[in-house]
Amino acid sequence: MQRYSGFGLLKHGLSHHENWQRAWRNPEPKSKYDVIIVGGGGHGLATAYYLAREHGITNVAVVEKGWLGGGNTARNTTIVRSNYLWGEAAWLYEHAMKLWEGLSQDLNYNVMFSQRGVMNLGHTLQDMRDIHRRVNANRLNGIDGEVLDVRQIQELVPIMDCSRSTRYPVLGASWQPRGGVARHDAVAWGFARGADARGVDLLQQTEVTGIRESGGRVLGVETTRGFIAADTVGVVAAGNSSVIAKMAGLRLPLESHPLQALVSEPLKPVLDTVVMSNHVHGYVSQSDKGDLVIGAGIDGYNGYGQRGSYPTIEHTLQAIVELFPMFSRVRMNRQWGGIVDTTPDACPIISATPVGGLFFNCGWGTGGFKATPGSGHVFAATLAAGKAHPLAAPFTIDRFISGKLIDEHGAAGVAH
Amino acid sequence: MLHIYCPHCEEYREEEEFRPKGEAHIARPKAPEETDDAAWGDYLFFRKNPRGVHHEQWLHAAGCRKFFNVTRHTVSYEILETYKVGQQPTARTTDKGGAK
Ligand SMILES: Cc1cc2nc3c(=O)[nH]c(=O)nc-3n(C[C@H](O)[C@H](O)[C@H](O)COP(=O)(O)OP(=O)(O)OC[C@H]3O[C@@H](n4cnc5c(N)ncnc54)[C@H](O)[C@@H]3O)c2cc1C
Ligand SMILES: [Zn+2]
Repeated sequence: MQRYSGFGLLKHGLSHHENWQRAWRNPEPKSKYDVIIVGGGGHGLATAYYLAREHGITNVAVVEKGWLGGGNTARNTTIVRSNYLWGEAAWLYEHAMKLWEGLSQDLNYNVMFSQRGVMNLGHTLQDMRDIHRRVNANRLNGIDGEVLDVRQIQELVPIMDCSRSTRYPVLGASWQPRGGVARHDAVAWGFARGADARGVDLLQQTEVTGIRESGGRVLGVETTRGFIAADTVGVVAAGNSSVIAKMAGLRLPLESHPLQALVSEPLKPVLDTVVMSNHVHGYVSQSDKGDLVIGAGIDGYNGYGQRGSYPTIEHTLQAIVELFPMFSRVRMNRQWGGIVDTTPDACPIISATPVGGLFFNCGWGTGGFKATPGSGHVFAATLAAGKAHPLAAPFTIDRFISGKLIDEHGAAGVAH
Repeated sequence: MLHIYCPHCEEYREEEEFRPKGEAHIARPKAPEETDDAAWGDYLFFRKNPRGVHHEQWLHAAGCRKFFNVTRHTVSYEILETYKVGQQPTARTTDKGGAK
């Protein structure tokens, strides 16, 4: 792998940038791998990277039906935070946060991780009670967090309407200074390049159409480019996880929903932090390019259509314009949807299955981008050892039978 | 914007008047105390999630406030039929993937 550096940039400048090495190969599938990862999004690519880097398992393929990172990885609004209420969730997301903090160096790839702080607004007394409870829980877990009053909020975000005359006046907020955003494409590409350099085959335009098994053990995957054998298969297919589970005769507690986002025309810098409101259901940040990145809740019905409904856009923009009256005349450039796999307790599933050697990492729903490095890291350890990494252990499928849910939905009202 | 035919009001109304309420035709186990954890967990948390034709409940929230069922395709979002609770759909569930 050619290392990227300031000197390299200078050197390649002399030959008009015509001699850069390809970031990764485009290999033919081998007939057998030790591990196959289904899904070349951020989580799948991170899993492959850490399998090679931490566990020395390099006979690995990532099988992706489209192009790398073309699923939710490239469609999300890139908010990163770790201030979840319950220990199990907070430790997992904080594990990811620590990896984010060194990721660009580790990958030798600039993922543009920007710790500009994440603010979650409270608009009702109950919101504020929940915010106090969550911030206190975070601090006990060693995760940074503060409760802000309206004056402090106004100082950080002068353009927000914090008056008492709005439909849902802002009463306060939680604030995680270490939270922020990262560049989603770069995350996929950085992990892809690092995995490829260590020998992982990235097989794009290769759709998994079946899971072959015998005697309760997985043998490999059927694909549009033929059968590929593997000792271990890890499925990391986000919104399509249920479809692949069904190929193996499994049922998962998932429902797939469209989630959409939109970006505006580029503006001069007006917002240097991330503002989220679960109550009025909208959130916004400003990218380095200057466009406002806006998102909201899922469409209520199940869907795989990778597009969202107009009532949801309208609802979201009502909330944004109420909070930021100056955005009312900003034009929106693009709008799109991704398919998110939601679980009943708003926490992921990182789990073995009744089929030996077949594992799933899914259910990240509306908020898995922030977990990308952590998810890959603990899933790689789980695949390498054949048993759950301690941080992944609470996130089995079995919790929906034992009843030991990790209820982030009701407790923290999490969005992204 | 979906246009949904409410079988109670007997007219098409806009999506915003309705609320989707998840998979239809789920029967509560008749004797909960005799139901084992796996069956109870399945009843509470495991839903069909087809990439294809799906039967689901909707509520005419800002209309007659009655529940009814919808057969809808989850990729094209096309509504194939709506029918009252207690009635059976005519379109069958289809699904991608399901080799077995
Ligand atoms: C609009 C939107 C906004 C979001 N905002 C945030 C946010 O601000 N913060 C946050 O933390 N999270 C956010 N998320 C959630 C986050 O994007 C996801 O949880 C996360 O990207 C899931 O990661 P992934 O890499 O596993 O998914 P994906 O990138 O979707 O990867 C799954 C891959 O599997 C492939 N695949 C599927 N079926 C097959 C098959 N049969 N064969 C081969 N390959 C297959 C797909 O093509 C896809 O590339 C948002 C999501 C959306 C849609
Ligand atoms: Zn009606």
